[in-house]
Amino acid sequence: MTTVLSTRRTFLAVAGAVLATGVSGLLAPAHTQNFAPTRSMRGGANNYRPGAPIVDRIGGGGFWMTGTVRRAGDGAPLAGQRIQIWAHTTEGHERDPQSHGATLTDANGEFQLEMPQIVPAFGQPHGHLAYDSGEFETVFLRPVMSSAKDTSLSAHFILQPV
Amino acid sequence: MSRVRITLIWTALVVAVAIPIGAAAMSPLLAWREPIYIVAGFAGVIALALMLFQPMLAAGYLPGLSASHGRRVHRWVGIALVLSVAIHLAGLWITSPPDVIDALTFSSPTPFSAWGVIAMWGVFATACLAVFRHRLKLRPRTWRLSHKTLAAVIVVGSIVHAIMIEGTMETLSKLVLCVLVLVATVTVLVDL
Repeated sequence: MTTVLSTRRTFLAVAGAVLATGVSGLLAPAHTQNFAPTRSMRGGANNYRPGAPIVDRIGGGGFWMTGTVRRAGDGAPLAGQRIQIWAHTTEGHERDPQSHGATLTDANGEFQLEMPQIVPAFGQPHGHLAYDSGEFETVFLRPVMSSAKDTSLSAHFILQPV
Repeated sequence: MSRVRITLIWTALVVAVAIPIGAAAMSPLLAWREPIYIVAGFAGVIALALMLFQPMLAAGYLPGLSASHGRRVHRWVGIALVLSVAIHLAGLWITSPPDVIDALTFSSPTPFSAWGVIAMWGVFATACLAVFRHRLKLRPRTWRLSHKTLAAVIVVGSIVHAIMIEGTMETLSKLVLCVLVLVATVTVLVDL
């Protein structure tokens, strides 16, 4: 009896989920037209050094910073956008020049840069990212890792044309 | 009180602060920090440890110390607390000025910063009040009430600040020290 009940409950739950997904799927096209621009995070610009060089990798690597860059409004992926990245890592403090580097987004608007392991500093394991190239409004992000043991972190930009 | 009992109580107190300080000294994070940042962090840890003794000294609960002697030590520990907080702030400032500015202006992304800054102002206000207590002609009752209120603010602020931080302190020993500080403070605030 219990089994039947739980099966029916499961069926209802699954059906509900399918329905919800279907409905939100139908609504999605209207949603994609309205990608709101990402706002800078508190403290995102701390220890920023403008003009970090584009590098293949920051230091010895071992940790991945990834993300996407899209255009506000239609959400179109933006290729060739320069994203600057810095953090307190096993190889240096946030302020140290060797802790800074930049990378470009690919054709899909995605970026990934290998860097040294981020370690907790000022109470949280966190990274910093900046879009500051002028074509779109400047955005500074400061994502926090859910665990200091994580070996990757991601951040997403939706940029507002100037 | 027997000498054995006095020794036991003091040993327990010293162990209660030595374990969290020792655990912090073995933190792997130290390997990736500059000396000034390490000093800043430890000044904070030591300030928290001092807060365990401060209420008990004020109330004369520590065995082997007379009430008046206890009060005198309480003043010296108070000065040490002000210095620890100043070193904590200065060291963090040198390590990363913008993060400290964010904290002081209550615009930091980290929720624990505001609690630390509130506790810091509590420590400084207490020091000012203690120094100018006679010049301000504070009545004993007014002095006691304001000091107790500030002590509560300092302890609550510091504990929340410490617990929320992911830093050099080891989680369990930090939690135990915070609980001990809270119990000592509440007991004395109720008793005095």
